[in-house]
Amino acid sequence: MVAFVIRRLIQSLLVMFFVALVAFTMFRFVGDPVHQMVGIETSMEEREALRERLGLRDPLIVQFARFVGNAAIGDFGLSYQHKRPVAEMLLERLPATLELSLVSAVFALAVGLPMGVYTGLHRHGVLSKFFLTISLIGISLPTFLIGILLIYLFSVQLGVLPSFGRGSVVDLGGWRTNFLTVDGWKALIMPSITLGLFQLTLIMRLVRSEMLEVLRTDYIKFARARGLADRAINFGHALKNTMVPVITITGLQLGSIIAFAIITETVFQWPGMGQMFLLAVQNVDIPIMASYLILIAFFFVVINLIVDILYYVVDPRLRVDTATANGHG
Amino acid sequence: MATPLLEVRNLVVQFPTRRGTLTAVDDISFHIDEGEVLGVVGESGAGKSMTGAAVIGLLEPPGRIAGGQVLLQGRRIDNLPYEQMRRIRGKEIGAIFQDPLTSLNPLYSVGRQLVETIQTHTDMSPTQARARTIELLTEVGIPAPERRVDQYPHQFSGGMRQRVVIALALCVNPRLIIADEPTTALDVSIQAQIIALLKRLCREHGTAVMLVTHDMGVIAETADRVAVMYAGRIAEIGPVREVIKNAKHPYTHGLMGSIPAVGHDAERLEQIPGSMPRLTDIPQGCAFNPRCPHVFDRCRQDRPDLIPVEDSRVSCWLYDRASGPGIEVAKARVASTHADDLQEAADV
Repeated sequence: MVAFVIRRLIQSLLVMFFVALVAFTMFRFVGDPVHQMVGIETSMEEREALRERLGLRDPLIVQFARFVGNAAIGDFGLSYQHKRPVAEMLLERLPATLELSLVSAVFALAVGLPMGVYTGLHRHGVLSKFFLTISLIGISLPTFLIGILLIYLFSVQLGVLPSFGRGSVVDLGGWRTNFLTVDGWKALIMPSITLGLFQLTLIMRLVRSEMLEVLRTDYIKFARARGLADRAINFGHALKNTMVPVITITGLQLGSIIAFAIITETVFQWPGMGQMFLLAVQNVDIPIMASYLILIAFFFVVINLIVDILYYVVDPRLRVDTATANGHG
Repeated sequence: MATPLLEVRNLVVQFPTRRGTLTAVDDISFHIDEGEVLGVVGESGAGKSMTGAAVIGLLEPPGRIAGGQVLLQGRRIDNLPYEQMRRIRGKEIGAIFQDPLTSLNPLYSVGRQLVETIQTHTDMSPTQARARTIELLTEVGIPAPERRVDQYPHQFSGGMRQRVVIALALCVNPRLIIADEPTTALDVSIQAQIIALLKRLCREHGTAVMLVTHDMGVIAETADRVAVMYAGRIAEIGPVREVIKNAKHPYTHGLMGSIPAVGHDAERLEQIPGSMPRLTDIPQGCAFNPRCPHVFDRCRQDRPDLIPVEDSRVSCWLYDRASGPGIEVAKARVASTHADDLQEAADV
């Protein structure tokens, strides 16, 4: 187990290294940074001095090493546009995105999983067919359209939910949260549904097909033959066996939720990292783009690591290398 | 006569399909006494597994019992509500399935699966159930049960897993076990061990067994009586020695001729020409009539019911008092059939 985690950590570091490489090349190939930072009236001498000061004359390797070293301690440089440390700006925006993503993921899982189990168990039920039809909409409608439809219905027509922004937030030592005010929760509802709907349908369909698969297996038949209660069979034996693929997909989807919050944040003017990233793209603010890239990669890597460790917890067969040593019969 | 442990009366199992209803088990009746081992043999698709599944009420939908009755100790169980039937499964009728290797849930330790089953059917505390589990594992011959109890199915070999499955089927002392091809998936050397174990445990506990298999060797070794199934019906049922040594139905006779035996002087194995009809086109009259060397007019028109002949019962018109040539003649005719005659019959 420990060896496995260490191996995984090394792989994760490797992934992060390559992402950093890609992020770094952005600085080199997307325009001249000095050009972006100074005004038209800056003289050539001043430009060269700035170039020197920023270390842009050093060999590439040295620059890359410096970039990685700084990134490792959380220093992502200054935003070209705002002239503020990028790390500081990201940290300001991080809570909004993370809270939105978390609520979306919980929503997707809390609704998708039971719906999947239900449609798996009652394959021919009317309600199952209804869920499946609805889920097609969730899969095929683009996110921004769902968002706009929600705004039209609940903000414009009914006027019950705010159409943009985070509502009132409470500052908890730098972490500004939506969770402590009614207003904040109300502001979360529509963006979370918009962001989580696709994941919800995905999870529901996945759980359903896995349930159907597992319910056909011999050990489920044998469990029935042993006279176990339906509850124990469906939720103990069957559901647990569907968990490995569900954990994988849910984990990866959590990463996607964070990454693809960009669109939802734009639709709802949600002051998160995604919105900031889009603005940065418009202004060719490379430090922000590069840092965002690295941060998202970091989230993916961490989530993957957690998913891999969860496999171990769920499936004893993966613990095989440590276990068979003492008991083959 | 005392009430038999299990009585099946005129059981019919049907499958509605798009092209009409298939009858997988067609009007069969048999019984199993307390502590008795009834072998059920037949080719694939003869309806033997289906019969077993119908008895414990676990037919795969859309299959269903379309007629007849199943009685356990005189009480009808085929029409019980699901929840009541569930309480009977495992507790009064245990089951061992076709592939023991996949019968255990890979995510739970064998101990947990045993404890779970015991606690479902009894009031034992977790500690008692665990103690009983270790006792059971010892009984089925698993070495170091105290350690093995917390291991997972993948840590057991096929034979050992099969022993666990047997422990699971026997854990609350059911009166009857339905063993559906319990050894088919195992190595030949392990098969004998498992059959011996099953036989010993059932004798010790007085458990009756309905042993479904296509392996006549296993039947000869284990069963008290045997039912031979063909195309959803019982062709012949009787004491195992009688059926093997003195087969009365032409199909049974052919079946016995097709078993290789060490030291047997036959130059080649006999085979029954043709194959069992599909459920969609079972011929009129006796289902075996197109392959039967002794076929006569009546076989092509009417379905024979089981006719008592000596200790067995046979569904063959040869043994009918009115239309047959007389029992002795019929027996002699069937017994003298050889592969060549069978071949001729098929060619005609």
